[in-house]
Amino acid sequence: MSAELEGRAFLVGDDVDTDLLAPGAYMKGPIEELARHCLEALDPDFARSVRPGDILLAGRNFGTGSSREQAAQALSVLGIRAVVARSFAGIFYRNALNLGLLAVVCPEWDGIARFDRVRLDPRAGRLVHLASGRSFACRPIPGHLLEMVESGGIVPWLERRLAARRAEGAR
Amino acid sequence: MAETLAQKIVARAAGRSSVEPGELVTCRVDLAMLHDSGGPRRVAPILERLGVGLWDPSRVVLVSDHYVPAVDPESARILDLTRRWGRAHGVARHYDMLGICHVVLAEHGHVRPGMFVVGGDSHTPTAGAFAAFAMGVGASEMAAVLATGEIWLEVPETLRILLDGRPGPGVVAKDVLLALCRMIGLGGAGYRAIEYGGEGLAGFAMEERMTLANMAAELGGITGLVPPDRRTLAWLERAGVSLGEAELTRWRSDPDAPVAATLRLELDRLAPQVAAPHGPANAAPVDEVEPVPIDQAYIGACTGAKLVDLRMAASVLRGRKVAAGTRLLVAPASARVWREAAADGTLATLTEAGAIMLPSGCGACAGYGAGVLAEGEVCIASTARNFKGRMGAPSSRVYLASPLTVAASAVAGRIADPRPLLAERREPEPIGEEAARVG
Repeated sequence: MSAELEGRAFLVGDDVDTDLLAPGAYMKGPIEELARHCLEALDPDFARSVRPGDILLAGRNFGTGSSREQAAQALSVLGIRAVVARSFAGIFYRNALNLGLLAVVCPEWDGIARFDRVRLDPRAGRLVHLASGRSFACRPIPGHLLEMVESGGIVPWLERRLAARRAEGAR
Repeated sequence: MAETLAQKIVARAAGRSSVEPGELVTCRVDLAMLHDSGGPRRVAPILERLGVGLWDPSRVVLVSDHYVPAVDPESARILDLTRRWGRAHGVARHYDMLGICHVVLAEHGHVRPGMFVVGGDSHTPTAGAFAAFAMGVGASEMAAVLATGEIWLEVPETLRILLDGRPGPGVVAKDVLLALCRMIGLGGAGYRAIEYGGEGLAGFAMEERMTLANMAAELGGITGLVPPDRRTLAWLERAGVSLGEAELTRWRSDPDAPVAATLRLELDRLAPQVAAPHGPANAAPVDEVEPVPIDQAYIGACTGAKLVDLRMAASVLRGRKVAAGTRLLVAPASARVWREAAADGTLATLTEAGAIMLPSGCGACAGYGAGVLAEGEVCIASTARNFKGRMGAPSSRVYLASPLTVAASAVAGRIADPRPLLAERREPEPIGEEAARVG
């Protein structure tokens, strides 16, 4: 993953909850099926309208509610590469990073319309609205966490750590 | 350096003499709790991929509560997989269809002051009623905990919530939480540790304190802590855990410990609260809420179906009937709650009033089990969340309230204030653990 990413902005409001992101009725089934119903109670066309590479721009307290990580996973399955929000619910934030989905806190973004192109630099902590050139400060993701996200999340990261430990032990 | 209760527990779990808010630390986990939904079916493939087993099966508690009892082959498969996984990994403590995880942990004395607990469920902070630092995580992070016994953490600041005075008739812990949700907003605690205090706290029974800690999730706290007192020790004693008085002084914040903010709530000025669809922060005093007709009243979930909650409902329903055209569903939070409510007559009171009893489990609260709503239906529930579509069809509407207000609404067939019904009783009924406990 490159340090910066650029994509189409997809906008949602405040307090988008995990029941909207991962509806309970589909929690038993495969993630691909669940992802088709992601946010459907908010916008019935959401899963059909997002395109791989989109960046979700959200209001405050994004991902509030359950610890179900399918809420973050469904967004990844739909091709969303990053969620930028004014603030996140704590468990969703951890889940997103643990699953390799960038979650970036940007308290003050505004003036960006649906499908406008934006560029995100998670390391420096900056969101740029390409049409206006306006730049919004984000909270940079700490280096060790970004490393985990870029390796695909906590499982591949742990896999590497355990393999290194085993190699050490074998020597 | 003066420290908060949260700092003291995190420092102990991190093997440090002290920690400061904002520091990144790695904590050793004292107890990992996982359930059938986010548990084995999600963590087993990850552990296989990592090629590791459980770091310590004696520190793991498994609870089947989300898909119980099975309603279709898929939920049956999930429960079967959960049982097999527990057996294969030597998890001796698998509570299979015995109740909702957070209530089961408390009933069996698994959560105690000073412990560092990680649970695969957002309402894991319920254990904070026993002064355990308890945080919810997703399945991948749980798998990492099961593999290593460790979790990283940014030491949180503390938001102190002081409860002053005594609540009037008809006002209980659930009303306190809904009022707090309105005051600071959903997620307003910003992943800080919430710590309850104030002279009003002592009056809350342990199960009521569990409600306070439970809904730290809705307030956005990483955890919700209640400092221990004699009631805490008495509850644990009954659960087979004997702790000395020294634990009471050890696990509390230093008086001058710096906190991010302090919030005060005057309990005697609080009215019963009702949160309108579709969020717990849409709360208002019941007398300011439109008396909307309701199709369903639901007493259930970790938040609202403990023994104390069922007794509250019974105190309103005794000698009364559920209104025609309204259904009252009750899903006791655990097998033990069933037994105790049967023994003390609470169940008979509920069913004589017309309540329909459902199995113990997460049930309709999260739209998983029996009791979900049709398009356009209106429900009032003692649960913690009323997000759009959570309890059933996307156009259904859920109001949140205390078990007292839910029961009063079931009698009226519309949203109703429990206070007039309670005032008709000559003697208020004891509902906490002060009431004779059986079983």
